[in-house]
Parts: sequence; C-alpha cells; structure tokens
Amino acid sequence: MELQDKVIKLVSDATKMDAANISLNTSFVDDLNLDSLDMVELMMKMEDEFGVEIPEDETENLKSIGDVVSYLKAKSH
Amino acid sequence: MIAQYTDLKDKVILVTGAGRGIGKSIALALSAQGAHVVFNYRGDEAKAAALKEELQAKGGKATGLKFDVTDYEAMTKALDEFTKTVAPISGLVNNAGISKDTLLLRLKPDEISSIIDTNLKGAMMVTQALSRNFLKAQDVSIVHMSSIVGLMGNASQAAYAASKAGLIGFSKSVAKELASRNLRSNVICPGFIQTEMTEALQDKVKEEYNKSIPLGRFGTADEVAELTCFLLSRASSYLTGEVIKIDGGLYI
Repeated sequence: MELQDKVIKLVSDATKMDAANISLNTSFVDDLNLDSLDMVELMMKMEDEFGVEIPEDETENLKSIGDVVSYLKAKSH
Repeated sequence: MIAQYTDLKDKVILVTGAGRGIGKSIALALSAQGAHVVFNYRGDEAKAAALKEELQAKGGKATGLKFDVTDYEAMTKALDEFTKTVAPISGLVNNAGISKDTLLLRLKPDEISSIIDTNLKGAMMVTQALSRNFLKAQDVSIVHMSSIVGLMGNASQAAYAASKAGLIGFSKSVAKELASRNLRSNVICPGFIQTEMTEALQDKVKEEYNKSIPLGRFGTADEVAELTCFLLSRASSYLTGEVIKIDGGLYI
C-alpha cells in the first residue's frame, strides 16, 4: 500500500469517515472537525503506525492529509 | 480496609510522596486492593526497597521509580520508560507535598517557590508527563491531595494554602479537558489527620483543635486512603471535577 493510502486508511479508521471522502486536500479541522485533543491522538496513532516520533510543536504545521504524507516522506529519508 | 473494589486489582497507580503519612497509607491500601502501586523516591535506595517489600506484602505489585516531582526531566524519563516497557498508568494520586508554617511576613521567596514547586507545579508536571499515556489507558482516575486549608485558609500557612487551592483549579481544568476520554479528576481536602506532620503539635494545641472538629477527633490516614480507593475505582465512575472534604466536619 502506498504511504498516502495508509495514512488515509488510518484517518478513516480513527474518524469513522469514509476513506473515499478523504484526499490529500482534506483538512483535519475544517473537513474532519477534529479538535486539538483529537489531533494529538491521531498523531500518536501515526507514530505507532509508522514508527516515527512527531514532536508536539511540529504537529501545528500538519493541517491536512497532504501535510502529513509529505512530513512522513521527509522523515523516512 | 472496609470496602473492596475488584476493578482496582492489577490497576497500575502512581502515588507520589508514598514514603510516609497519608501517601503511605494510600499506597498500602491500594496494594491491599491488589493494585500495582508505582511510587517515586528521591534517592534512598534502601528505604525504597523496604517500601516496595512492605507494599508487596499487602498483596499487590510494587515498583519504585527514582525521581523528584520537581525534576521534570528525570520524572519524564522514568515515567516514559515505565509506561512503555511495563504498563500504562491508569491511576494517579498527586500526594507529594511539603509545608513550612510561618507568618507571611517572614516567608522567604525561595520558601514560597519550594512549596509551590512541590505541591502545585509538581502535581501539574506529573499529570502533564503522563498525559499521552492517559490517552492510551482505560478508566483513568486522578486524585489530587489538597487540604482543608486550601478551602478555608490558615494563618501561618499562606503559601501552603495557596498551593493547595491551586490544585483545585488545576484538577477541575484537567477534568474538563480530558472528560471526553473518560478520564476523571477529583480533589480530596483532608482536615486534621494523624500523621508525623500533626504529631509534632503540642497536646494542648491538639485538644484545642479537637474542640473545633464536630466529630471530636483527628482523622486517620486510613480513612483518607479509603476515600482515595473509592475515587480511583469505577465505583465513583460518574464523579469528576469534585472537591471532597474529609475533615470530621471541621469546615461546615
């Protein structure tokens, strides 16, 4: 599975939002209505899934699915 | 113990300041309930080993972690290591506290800092350090050990009272912030309890105090422990953001 699809599946599982309605442009706050605590939990799930550490101050810049995919790609290089 | 709470069996609970007084009674009571008690100690390895043995003799597991509640770095490191390798912590008793009774006009800035740092900031930092862990744990319950003095104030205890009152605002905020994750946070305000801290009082003073307590006596640390077990257990599952006095009616 592509990284992008993995991220979308994880977000879909966590938010109960149909994966078909989630794209790179999907915003966590505007489209998925996540609050700050939801975001912390989501990032914790990303950390577990992808084996990376996402520092608290960097999560502020991760506003969309695309942001997370790019961030994870950059981390893995 | 009078009440038994089956859900406390194997629950992993951190009790700060469990070395003596109310904290020790709480740790022993939790162990008698079958909980896995985690306690912190500042440096005395022999004393920590003795406490661990004493706790285990009551029935539950016990783990000592070496950190001071005012040392954020050491605390975070010890707690992270424990929660990642052993088990998530789902109960917390913020009990560590110090006092320095003196007139406000004699209170030195560093004495104020040390009381606030241990009693209030320490509790905030332990809770903060465990926040991520709490998001993964189930049925989290936090109990903050405040004091009746935090509600009524007391001459010669300005800094202590301020730190204990601060815990109430902190607990209520935590209760609101994490309620959606089924986390509960409550405060206990003990009145006069028989401990080393009050043992030092003169008999005449104690007698005087007894007259002001409707139930006519000091409380015991075991009575506070009994209430703490209740608050940590699912027996109090709909109770959060509450402040409970246990003072024999002193502050009615």
